[in-house]
Amino acid sequence: MEGLEHILSEHAFFEGISAENRQLVSGCARYHSFNAGQYLFREGELANEFFLIRHGKVALEIVAPGQAPIIFATLGEGEIVGASWLVPPYRWTFDARAVEFTRAIGIDAACLRGKCEADHHLGYEMMKRFLPILVQRLHATRLQILDVYGKR
Amino acid sequence: MAVPPLPDPLVPQVYRVEQVRRELSDTVTLELKPRSGSRPAFEAGQFNMLYAFGVGEVPISMSGDRANKAAFVHTVRDVGAISGAIAKLEVGATIGLRGPFGTTWPVSAAEGSDIVIVAGGLGLAPLRPAIYDILANRGRYGRVVILLGSRNPDDMLYRHELEQWRQRLDVDIEVTVDHANVDWHGHVGVVPALIPRAEFDPHDTVALVCGPEVMMRFTVSALRDAGVPIDRIYLSMERNMKCAIGFCGHCQFGPTFVCKDGPVMRFDRIADIFTTREV
Amino acid sequence: MNEAKVVITYDGLQGLVDGLAARGYQVLGPTVRDGAIVYDAIARVDDLPAGWTDRQEAGRYSLERRNDGALFGFAVGPQSWKRLLHPPIETVWTSRKDENGITITTEDRTYPKFAFLGLRACEIHAIAIQDRVFCEGAYPDVAYEMRRQDTFVVAVNCGQAGGTCFCVSMQTGPKAVSGFDLVLTELLNQGSHDFLVEAGSEAGAELLAQVPHHLASDAQLVSAEAVIERTASGMGRRLETDGIKELLQSNLNHPRWDEVAERCLSCGNCTMVCPTCFCTTIEDNSDLAGASAERVRKWDSCFTMDFTYIHGGSVRKTARSRYRQWMTHKLASWIDQFGMSGCVGCGRCITWCPVGIDITAEAAAIRAAPHAVKGDHHGGS
Repeated sequence: MEGLEHILSEHAFFEGISAENRQLVSGCARYHSFNAGQYLFREGELANEFFLIRHGKVALEIVAPGQAPIIFATLGEGEIVGASWLVPPYRWTFDARAVEFTRAIGIDAACLRGKCEADHHLGYEMMKRFLPILVQRLHATRLQILDVYGKR
Repeated sequence: MAVPPLPDPLVPQVYRVEQVRRELSDTVTLELKPRSGSRPAFEAGQFNMLYAFGVGEVPISMSGDRANKAAFVHTVRDVGAISGAIAKLEVGATIGLRGPFGTTWPVSAAEGSDIVIVAGGLGLAPLRPAIYDILANRGRYGRVVILLGSRNPDDMLYRHELEQWRQRLDVDIEVTVDHANVDWHGHVGVVPALIPRAEFDPHDTVALVCGPEVMMRFTVSALRDAGVPIDRIYLSMERNMKCAIGFCGHCQFGPTFVCKDGPVMRFDRIADIFTTREV
Repeated sequence: MNEAKVVITYDGLQGLVDGLAARGYQVLGPTVRDGAIVYDAIARVDDLPAGWTDRQEAGRYSLERRNDGALFGFAVGPQSWKRLLHPPIETVWTSRKDENGITITTEDRTYPKFAFLGLRACEIHAIAIQDRVFCEGAYPDVAYEMRRQDTFVVAVNCGQAGGTCFCVSMQTGPKAVSGFDLVLTELLNQGSHDFLVEAGSEAGAELLAQVPHHLASDAQLVSAEAVIERTASGMGRRLETDGIKELLQSNLNHPRWDEVAERCLSCGNCTMVCPTCFCTTIEDNSDLAGASAERVRKWDSCFTMDFTYIHGGSVRKTARSRYRQWMTHKLASWIDQFGMSGCVGCGRCITWCPVGIDITAEAAAIRAAPHAVKGDHHGGS
């Protein structure tokens, strides 16, 4: 447990978190590694974990029938993958694939949701960290939709 | 920045197309030599007015190496009648050219500092002469970071050159695309997202930014969030141009004329009007 | 010039006109045509609008008969002298294309020598403003310089303020203090019709010397000053110019712009009649065979939809943004660009606006409530 807590303390997502909350979170955490090409999860699967990337690169993709997958975002060291675990029905809405060898910490979603229900201070702490990331990604997505490099 | 006035600045000189290089499906790079004499000197950031016979004129930035003293190099994208006519010229064709006009990237003034170059799409073309200048005197600068955004990997301008620059050990290059297929192993996302992870000292950095105005707006935001002061961020602005010499009034952007107070503008001088709609 | 002021008669004025014609000048002055005062060739003093005056208000202009025979008893008409120095259409060059490629030719041009008779103080300032735009940048407009260099100016101090005039606010009149070869003040008293004349250059003094004249009496000097004072106190409009640049540049989102946009037709009349508006467009035309082409420079207006066209759309799509551009350029940005206001207070834009928009009223409205914001505010994420 100590090793995981240490890794969490060094990850950008948990910067400044209290020791107490960090300990709570690390109780739901475990190590992961993915080879290049391996999927972290697929669209439609149960979102029972979210990932803190320690090293490597993960591509978020969407597949349409008859078409090759389109990557709409890549995430790397210090970033987190997955927000669907927060929102019922807790199912992934896209694929996540390791582009290169990737090491990550997985946080069990049911475990963390349970702890947040029991301790609202922990719950609020997690919300405060997730929301700015989601807002920033929404903003970036809007820019991508604008297709600014395309022809008018 | 001062350039001596030309004989009659409304009359184009005749140039010959020496080379045509296809860059993308709708973009070519032309190498132009004057019919007689040598081409005038220019500084990185400036532009020429290129005249397609009977069709019209458009402003196109220089995108070549200043060390190539014989020719002007221009990368042109087919987006309308005039640029389309120019993009279809073949070797041996003649074209009218007026210039150079406009203000320049602060390549000399930035010596001693880190440089962050942020290019979006075709915005890499007006920045390329500055990149050549900087790499030719690499020792005079701190860190050199080039961040590039494109629509997708197939629409990346000067890809061969980016790969060459990347092989140098003294330049950081990161590229990102708006979307890609699975063959792409690089970043997917918007250019501003590359800025927090780039390595440069915001307290001693000069940033050169060029691309669609929306992209420049959000890039400036990200640079400011990273701590770069607004008097060290430079943009290349674009507006409708007819005369390029400050008479016709079309290129006005607030109190500035983009043809003579720009196209390169220091951000603090335009910060207010840059965020005002329809100025 | 430290010349004493002299007086010439009505016939003396004809002598000036004849003298200018003899020196090869095309003499142009105000005439009555189509119900307005327009500038045209003058051979006889009788060609001038004797006994006419103008009634000007926002969106209204008409000529009326005076009860005297004053030659210059009106303000300014729809035209300004800019159509002579900065013509509405000009061919810049022609070119041909053959198997060897393109050749471009400029023609040797001759420029007429103009003598402007009846130039007002505001118009002198307007010409000086255009001199600044066209002659003092990095790329002087050679054709403008050629037209300008031989221009002979016979100015007239206004004897009648117009209904929309505000030269006093802009410090451009009604008295002409420089920029002329000769300046006249019309003295119309019972039984006499004379002109007080002052030379402003050697060419003016030399021409004046050839026309019968006598030194002005004290009474005549007082009379001339009274004419100017009467005009100065009869201004139809006022514009507060204190801090106007900062006022307009810090109110680019003022609700008043939305309000004026509901009235403005974007017709561009104001830019056509304004003596300082200088915007042009460049047109490249070719014949159907594609063998010859020409470049033409034409007056343009920032009110046109495609003035700011770039990358498939216009930057200034709305009438709101285009009116704002015109007014802030004229009264504020011009100062940044050229070190002086772009407005000379001639009132033409007010008179000739079909819906009577008044630049002085718009400026006053913003000044009365600076930094006002629209009613509701929406945030966004």
